[in-house]
Amino acid sequence: MSAFWLLIILLAFAAVGFVLGRGRALASVNGERRRLHSLPNYYGSNVAMLAFVPAVLVLAVWVVVQPFVINSSVSNHIPAELYQTGGELNLIMSDVRRVADGLDLAVKGGMLTTDEASNIDNDATDLRALLGEVGIALGSEIHPSVLSAAQVMRTQIATGNLYRSIVLLVIAAAGFFVAIRMTSGEFRARNMVERGIRGLLIAAASIAILTTIGIVLSLIFNTLEFFRLYPAKDFFTLLEWAPSFSGRGGASSLGLLPLLWGTLYISVVALLVAVPIGLFSAIYLAEYAGPKTRSIAKPMLEVLAGIPTIVYGLFALLTIGPMLLSVFGDNGFGWMQGQRSVMTAGLVMGIMLIPFVSSLSDDIINAVPQAMRDGSYGLGATQSETVRQVVLPAALPGIVGAVLLATSRALGETMIVVMGAGAAARLDLNPFEAMTTVTAKIVSQLTGDSDFASPEALVAFALGMTLFILTLGLNVLALYIVRKYREQYE
Amino acid sequence: MTDAAFPDGAEGAAPRTTSSLLTQDTRTKKRNAAEARFRAYGIAAIAVGLVFLAVLVSSIIFKGVGAFQQTFITLNVELLEEKLDKSGTRDIEAIKKVTTFGYNPLIDAALAQAIADTGIENPFSKGKDLRKMISSGAAADLRDHVIENPDEIGKTVSFRLLASSRVDGYLKGRVTRESLARDKNLTPEHLDIVDALAGAGVVTKAFNTDFITGADASESRPEQAGIGVSMLGSFYMMLVVLACALPIGVAASIYLEEFAPQNWFTDLIEVNISNLAAVPSIVFGILGLAVFIQFAHLPQSAPLVGGLVLTLMTLPTIIISTRASLKSVPPSIREAALGIGASKMQTVFHHVLPLAMPGILTGTIIGLAQALGETAPLLLIGMVGYIASNYPDGVIEGFMSPNSAMPAQIYEWAKRADPAYYERAWGGIIILLVFLMTMNIIAIILRRRFERRW
Amino acid sequence: MNDMTKIEGAIEMNDMKISAKGVQVYYGDTHAIKDVSVEIEDKTVTAFIGPSGCGKSTFLRCLNRMNDTIDICRVEGDILLDGEDIYDKRVDPVQLRAKVGMVFQKPNPFPKSIYDNIAYGPRIHGLAKNKADLDDIVEKSLRRGAIWDEVKDRLHAPGTGLSGGQQQRLCIARAVATEPEVLLMDEPCSALDPIATAQVEELIDELRQSYSVVIVTHSMQQAARVSQKTAFFHLGNLVEYDDTTKIFTNPEDPRTESYITGRIG
Repeated sequence: MSAFWLLIILLAFAAVGFVLGRGRALASVNGERRRLHSLPNYYGSNVAMLAFVPAVLVLAVWVVVQPFVINSSVSNHIPAELYQTGGELNLIMSDVRRVADGLDLAVKGGMLTTDEASNIDNDATDLRALLGEVGIALGSEIHPSVLSAAQVMRTQIATGNLYRSIVLLVIAAAGFFVAIRMTSGEFRARNMVERGIRGLLIAAASIAILTTIGIVLSLIFNTLEFFRLYPAKDFFTLLEWAPSFSGRGGASSLGLLPLLWGTLYISVVALLVAVPIGLFSAIYLAEYAGPKTRSIAKPMLEVLAGIPTIVYGLFALLTIGPMLLSVFGDNGFGWMQGQRSVMTAGLVMGIMLIPFVSSLSDDIINAVPQAMRDGSYGLGATQSETVRQVVLPAALPGIVGAVLLATSRALGETMIVVMGAGAAARLDLNPFEAMTTVTAKIVSQLTGDSDFASPEALVAFALGMTLFILTLGLNVLALYIVRKYREQYE
Repeated sequence: MTDAAFPDGAEGAAPRTTSSLLTQDTRTKKRNAAEARFRAYGIAAIAVGLVFLAVLVSSIIFKGVGAFQQTFITLNVELLEEKLDKSGTRDIEAIKKVTTFGYNPLIDAALAQAIADTGIENPFSKGKDLRKMISSGAAADLRDHVIENPDEIGKTVSFRLLASSRVDGYLKGRVTRESLARDKNLTPEHLDIVDALAGAGVVTKAFNTDFITGADASESRPEQAGIGVSMLGSFYMMLVVLACALPIGVAASIYLEEFAPQNWFTDLIEVNISNLAAVPSIVFGILGLAVFIQFAHLPQSAPLVGGLVLTLMTLPTIIISTRASLKSVPPSIREAALGIGASKMQTVFHHVLPLAMPGILTGTIIGLAQALGETAPLLLIGMVGYIASNYPDGVIEGFMSPNSAMPAQIYEWAKRADPAYYERAWGGIIILLVFLMTMNIIAIILRRRFERRW
Repeated sequence: MNDMTKIEGAIEMNDMKISAKGVQVYYGDTHAIKDVSVEIEDKTVTAFIGPSGCGKSTFLRCLNRMNDTIDICRVEGDILLDGEDIYDKRVDPVQLRAKVGMVFQKPNPFPKSIYDNIAYGPRIHGLAKNKADLDDIVEKSLRRGAIWDEVKDRLHAPGTGLSGGQQQRLCIARAVATEPEVLLMDEPCSALDPIATAQVEELIDELRQSYSVVIVTHSMQQAARVSQKTAFFHLGNLVEYDDTTKIFTNPEDPRTESYITGRIG
């Protein structure tokens, strides 16, 4: 029985349990609802919960674990001479899986009977063509060991599924009966149900932790795999990025430094645009602007924040790039070779970050107490003197935090650099040269044609790990600075 | 008298030069000048920001509007029976056997006729040279129409066919006679014909609904490319995000706001949420690739997978705004409920949550709007290089079969070499921004309508 | 005899420092200060007393145009400082506030060092020619604020690290550092404990020898202790203005008497 139908049956169990539980509760007090501790529905929910939840949890675990167990058990059936590396074994196993799936599909589609499928002989029937008809394409003829392994897999899966159904039904029934027995007038069903709901809420909250764990694990495993295939020292010290297209390492130079340089350079340019404009806008809006100006200018700047980065990317590629090229290219200063450059991407990224810096700074500046400004005005200071010498120093930790957060955002930005900064990895000081970044390379290495187990593809995970650690570090630093220096003025 | 009023401690008072208030001394003038400059910097900064916004918006509008108009050629095509249905029986199978090649001569004839009608010379001897003016997909359109209406065989029917993208570009100013020098698709003679036909009203520009509803096309046929299928893909993804992120986000927020004790576990969750809010979107793409595609073997490029990745990205946003909404419900309401004897859980679900709902919905809509525009994670789960060419049939297919999404489609178009695709990319951006604007406006309206002043 | 009385009277009288005539203040549509006329004398402590919300702080803030920072506030009438109308169009409030200093209710030292707190005013007004000069001004101001001995060893410690009473004396020292002619104090002791209050009151008494001090206070006892002239405000009107002793022993207006005896406010 498939997992889907199992789920439906469990739900049916729950529904029946609900009705029976409710009825039994009411019966136990002879229909006088007031004598029940909780509302009747809680008794029903209690039974439904105990019938459904333990079984579903076991089902979830089973569905995840069973393929692993079967995989490793079937791998032992493959004779050792057929493969040398783990990667080759994986390929063989995936063939095995597909043959098994194909045979199952053929049986379901009526092209083979169950008997025929179990005893199929590769020489007698053209298995490959048959599988082709059900939609499974195989690259080469099927090796007899593969076929026998596939048969073993099919039996094991069938047995596993059978056991799964039995175990689950037993658990559900057990839950059902336990709950029914508990049901009586004094039983505090509502408390039980609420405890269950609380568990659900905790589970939902834990998804945040699970996500982080997922990110860290997926990055770590693949990064370690990458370092197995490619020396870590080279990754961190090589000044060149030149993946070879033949795959399997060999002639590739996969150095992090040129990419990191591109990322940092573009981020610096972006901050040079965003911080002055954002900060001064925030100062003006917070200190000088009247309510009408504020109500128009602030939302308009916020619009810049809501525009998706793909739009900025296109803007960089098709508008700013040519614009800069006409001024700085061969017809102008001659510094720029192509549309894509650090300047193009940096400028557009700066535009994107303006509202970020501006609204964070605005909040921070507004948080400086008015008493401080009054003290300064009382001494006869002009507004700009007050802002420069009293308000900004007081707001400084917060502003530094905002700039760090903006930097972190700039480092992790993808679309703008993919479209505006080009794909050439270069260590250059000329901001009008095209220089690619860590994020752009993650995209290109994972969406290219490289074989997934090759270092050229796995390097993307190592790059992702670097990026993750960098941005996380910056965020933690920002929080720390704000928290530590903020005490000083209250 | 006055001396007696000056005991020792008061030195600072007397020797001051009493200046008049009515004249500004030079120092004050300098300070005021500095003040004016400072103000000017502030205004300049805001002005620069707004100028950028204006350039961006005008760029988008001017370059994208063109995508909504497409050039069509209206031809009277004679559906010759001897070419299309030799047996004369109107047998659908027989008609279907005629490939698009069979239709080409009909188009050639109609085109030649139209040219003759306008009175200019047809310099082309071979039909297929002339046919370069028309989209290569036109024959397929014709064939589809005939298969649907086989009784029209033998008649002369007027068809509005798509012009080729070069012709379209010429009429929109994108393609000039000089740029054609290097182009093997059209020659200046074609352009003369086009001018004449345009003058005769045979070649017209019309609103192109196919751009909005149609499917993507191959690299060589930008005139047929549409964003409709990707829109559907985005729609399915948003459904997944809504169905997953909203309940999980609200549940997590309720736990953190109402039930969580002050211990290390709660701190861990909160730290994780604020960290996740700051993780770059591409890392979520890596997570999606590793967990959903490699580990769970979900189909690549499916809206379900995209939706799951976007759910994880949107979760911190929704949690933060939901918590703020829950916090804003005053404690007096909770106390009143508890006072009547409701349990904590009942208080939350019957009283606090309904009152916080408007804020929660607003936050969710804004989170969805952000998710709609995300591109990077979608590229990693396989939506790059994918040509969204068919509408998925059925709802399950809609979730599970590979599709594209609007931002990924725009990126795909921007990557293609043909400049006609750039126009389409801008047009796609207009549509995307229309969606985003609508969602944000709905969120603002909801917030205004349901805002409560406690 | 007449001459002697005249001479006595002449000794008592000081110059008029601030002369306010027919001052009206509006907050939007609310008429907060209604036709107030008062003459503030030099080298004197003048107290403004009255129940909460009667307008004394509002009027005080008119004297150094601090009300300019509030958009909806509108001031009419004449306020003359040494004969010059401070609301004249040619007057820059920045210059005015160097001459008329202010100390606020809650001590508000800047988040800077003690030295920088005091030095801020002289720096922006360009009162010091070099560092030695500035050091001198800082020391003088801190002495005048009666806080020099307590902080002379830690001039670079943050101003916010002092106790409440010390902070307020720091703010007073900061206010006198710009060498004002008038010192406005808006309930300077209300946030302080009794000992700090006593210190500040003693300081006020010393300050009046060099400046004209106007102090708004909630406490009648404080007004009686500290001031020579007292003005009683009630609902935006200046009800009575006279020598302190007269106000507290033999007030003319029945409203004044009600306030003093505690029947109102």
